[in-house]
Amino acid sequence: MAGGLDPLSVRLLDRSPWWLGASGAALVVLTLVGMPLLVLLGQAGELPFARIVQDAWLRRVIGFSLTQAALSTALALALALPVALALHHERRFPGRRWLTALFGLSLVLPAIAAVFGIVTVWGGSGWINAILDTATAPFRGTAEPPGLPVLYGLTGILLAHVFFNAPLAARVLLQSLDDIPVHEWRLAAQLGLSPAARFRHLQWPVMARRLPGLATLIFTLCFTSFAVVLALGGGPRATTVEVAIYQALRFDFDLPLAVALAVVQLTICALLTGLGSVFGRGDDGSLGLAERTADDAPWPRWHPHAHRGALQRGLDRTAIAAATLLVLPPFAALLLAGFNRRTVAVLTDPVTLDALFNTVIAGLAAATLSIALALGLLSGVRRLHLRAGQRHRTHGGEALQALGNAILVIPPIVLGTGLFLALRAWADVFSLALLLVILINALMGLPFALRILAGPVLDGASARDRLARSLGMARSSRWRRVDAPLLRGPIALAAAVSATLAAGDLGAIALFGSDQVRTLPLLLQTRLGSHRLDEAAVTATLLVLTCIVLFAAIRRGIGGAKESRS
Amino acid sequence: MSLVLDGVRLRLGERQWCFDITLPGDGVHALLGRSGSGKSTLLNLVGGYLEPDVGRIEWDGHSLIDRAPAERPVTTLFQHDNLFAHLSVADNVGLGLEPSLRLSAAQRAQVSESLDEVQLGGYEQRNPASLSGGERQRVALARCLLRNRPVLLMDEPFGALDPDTRAVMISLTRRLIDRQRPCVIMVTHDEDDAHAIGARILELIDGTLRRRAPR
Amino acid sequence: MTARSRSLSSVPIACAGLLALLVCAGAFPGIASAADERTLTVYTYESFVAEWGPGPTIKAGFEQRCGDCTIDFVPLDSSAGILNRVQLEGASTRADVVLGLDTNLMAIAANTGLLAPSGVDTDALTLPIDWTSDTFVPFDFGWFAFVYDTEAIDDPPASLAELVADPTGPKIILQDPRTSTPGLGFLLWMKSVFGDEAGERWAELQPRILSTTKSWSEAYFTLFMNGEAPMVLSYSTSPAYHMAVDETDRYQAAAFEEGHYLQVEVAALLQGSDQLELGREFLTYLVSPEAQASIPLGNVMYPVAELGDELPAAFARLIEPTETLLFDPETVRDQRRAWIDEWLEASTR
Repeated sequence: MAGGLDPLSVRLLDRSPWWLGASGAALVVLTLVGMPLLVLLGQAGELPFARIVQDAWLRRVIGFSLTQAALSTALALALALPVALALHHERRFPGRRWLTALFGLSLVLPAIAAVFGIVTVWGGSGWINAILDTATAPFRGTAEPPGLPVLYGLTGILLAHVFFNAPLAARVLLQSLDDIPVHEWRLAAQLGLSPAARFRHLQWPVMARRLPGLATLIFTLCFTSFAVVLALGGGPRATTVEVAIYQALRFDFDLPLAVALAVVQLTICALLTGLGSVFGRGDDGSLGLAERTADDAPWPRWHPHAHRGALQRGLDRTAIAAATLLVLPPFAALLLAGFNRRTVAVLTDPVTLDALFNTVIAGLAAATLSIALALGLLSGVRRLHLRAGQRHRTHGGEALQALGNAILVIPPIVLGTGLFLALRAWADVFSLALLLVILINALMGLPFALRILAGPVLDGASARDRLARSLGMARSSRWRRVDAPLLRGPIALAAAVSATLAAGDLGAIALFGSDQVRTLPLLLQTRLGSHRLDEAAVTATLLVLTCIVLFAAIRRGIGGAKESRS
Repeated sequence: MSLVLDGVRLRLGERQWCFDITLPGDGVHALLGRSGSGKSTLLNLVGGYLEPDVGRIEWDGHSLIDRAPAERPVTTLFQHDNLFAHLSVADNVGLGLEPSLRLSAAQRAQVSESLDEVQLGGYEQRNPASLSGGERQRVALARCLLRNRPVLLMDEPFGALDPDTRAVMISLTRRLIDRQRPCVIMVTHDEDDAHAIGARILELIDGTLRRRAPR
Repeated sequence: MTARSRSLSSVPIACAGLLALLVCAGAFPGIASAADERTLTVYTYESFVAEWGPGPTIKAGFEQRCGDCTIDFVPLDSSAGILNRVQLEGASTRADVVLGLDTNLMAIAANTGLLAPSGVDTDALTLPIDWTSDTFVPFDFGWFAFVYDTEAIDDPPASLAELVADPTGPKIILQDPRTSTPGLGFLLWMKSVFGDEAGERWAELQPRILSTTKSWSEAYFTLFMNGEAPMVLSYSTSPAYHMAVDETDRYQAAAFEEGHYLQVEVAALLQGSDQLELGREFLTYLVSPEAQASIPLGNVMYPVAELGDELPAAFARLIEPTETLLFDPETVRDQRRAWIDEWLEASTR
């Protein structure tokens, strides 16, 4: 049978109660999230909130977390806006497709690999400084070479955050610009609007609509950023709440403080998530990752964009060049640095291969679980909406979706430690390491999967439902013929994103990993720490290539050929 | 003054279009024809949204080719989407006077006047989304009034309207035509509309215009 | 209705996931079987087990001695990381031996109640101080010192006071006292020199700090050796490696007038280990001249056993501290939290 369902599944499909999937998924999420929290609260005893308020350093940590997130967001958007406009105007230049594809990768690139790339390029002994050194050598005699400001500290954190988020924002804004209907351009052409007027009346309104949601998303990502701050923070001055929790757990084994900080983090993140859902309406949820065809066809001659002046073109090209300079070198570093004298040795090392195997398995399994949970929750939401009569939001539906977003609010470190403590009495936790990593990463991928799948699953649900019922379609054939083809693309994207995030994650594996169970990110960190830099470079390259291949393969494999362009 | 398309050839996809047309400058012409006969293509050529491969397009002896839509002495009224959804009615109309929307007091008065003309007085601050289809077309018509260009192209302007609204639109359009005497080319399916406007009915066959045989 | 179809269409997907889980669970037979042989699990820090570190040599030597046993070194990201991992695992820890704590962490570690008496005779060992613990076995020692690049700095500071008093001087790299024993050592050094004014001095020092890293190896290799800054907190013995192995005098240690803080690195046996006998044998081996021979150039520290002529010649050219500073472990245990808070507050003023 085409759908691969045998008669037994079909019978089950057509007969079981509607709440099974949703409640199953909800139960899994609640257990995975609730149990560790309960354990932590139980073990932590009295929580020192008073101390957090009084301690200058802790206050500063909270302040710094908010400040760096705000600055990162502002900088990322400040860069993304002109770049999005520039890409919108300049549709034909060599490498445009590659550049926009590259922009799409920065979200799924593992943080630790990216930091490695950034340090290689922008660090004190990195490429840029080396270039500055040699370029100015004939001019400066014995004076100090001009150098970039020190990477460690706020500068490095902002740089890394902009590297991750500006490309994503640019893609989302570009898509909103490309969505401007052609009749508006016809009007603009007819009325002879100037570039400034076109910006004000056509381009700015569509971008402004996306900005609040985008800003909230980027703020949240930067606020909860962990690997970047840990690697580039450079000391206690640049510590965020998430890193402070990690330090309380790993350095001092101060459970009460860790849990208290986690509650603070939780509260702020809950607020942010709430804001995000308010602003995020009308967002298609694909995070700018869905590629659309013909977005690079040249402008017709009547189109205002076909007649831009030299100054405008110059500005656009400068913006594109700046963006390329920001994003390309670290990627290049990641891909090139891996080819050195240790390449073959590392690639044939069983430790590396074992880590590679674990990474891929973890990615695939986490993605599977994320999708299963997301679909389960969404099925419940959809059913509740249908019952309520239209695509009105219902309280039950909101609750289910909020549950899926739980991990955005709870730091993974906290969850991991709670799970660890909960399980250590029963089992050798380290042998369950990979399983725990998969579980945590599945939870971490769940909000993304929900975001990507919610639109396709819920929109038009009532219309499709009515039609299917009027035609008397059985549920199984309905799934096969109506729903599955529609959802194929989004599921592919959601799975690809989840898998790549899980494969590149360092947080969960750092807690549970050991020399027995390693994934590539952990191996990378180990090699960096013990200064096997050549080997670390090979590992970083391998990790990045694995993520890219995983992403593309899943999208193509599930989504079909037309989804294959990243 | 006349509109001339001489030896105009254009390849669009699979089809090769040829136009040889001369229209007097002060007439109202309704184009009827089967779908796919090229009516919209002709409008797009005159409006500047398509460029011919070869041939001349002239108005009053001056070539229109290679001139941007805004530089042509042409105003186009489409069936839908004539307004910017996020600008007010007054702003939408004002764009016809001054694309930068920096209007003097006198210009603002002109906007209000033209809105009065189309029986939408007082609608200045309204939002297009809150208007009916007919009201939106009237706002567009008000802008056409202000632009006062010698050539008025209309692509099925009344097609989406119900009969009553259509009647209102037709009478308003007639008023505009009487006042400003542009060269009007209206594409329509509805022969009654054409008659109501007082248009000479023409058919587009093989790229040339023929008078419709009277019934 | 539609929900049902969705939920059960997940079944094949979920099965695939379960399968994947089973595959990975099955991919780890190593853990169960390892316990069958005589395996000694030793938690240590990364640079100990690096290729150039003492770990491989000591492992080879011990395994040859005992014949059928295996040492399984588990590298953790830092010394405090070792302690933390053991705390996290509690009584069910896999570790048999912890190797790489120091005197500053001793009392804290002892407090966990997870350690067992070492059974090793420490009387014959050479240390600048008297050794009284019967739980912890010292295996090397050194004094903290700032190592600098002679090509970048002509006249290094001659005292801690001088270092602190010059905020515009060359950048230095430090380690985080919460994770790294040199980091904690430097904190205690500042404390023992400046006493109650340590907080103020820390605040003055801030502008010179390039970065505070998590571990010594990150500071030394990733930053210092890559030229990110010309001075790094390390050991008085670090230059010996460069002189003996790299054959360069480029890197030297700065001698401070006030004296240098001592670090004695220790190993200990875990109570819950099922290889107590083997563990004791290992600890005994650790302080024997054979194992200790790999310490000077492997771990780049002073050995605790008398090596005589076997001590590399480069060691004779190292700085000799005029005074040894050291807090006793109980003081460190009691005051650590407060002193770290003081450091945190001063660092972020």
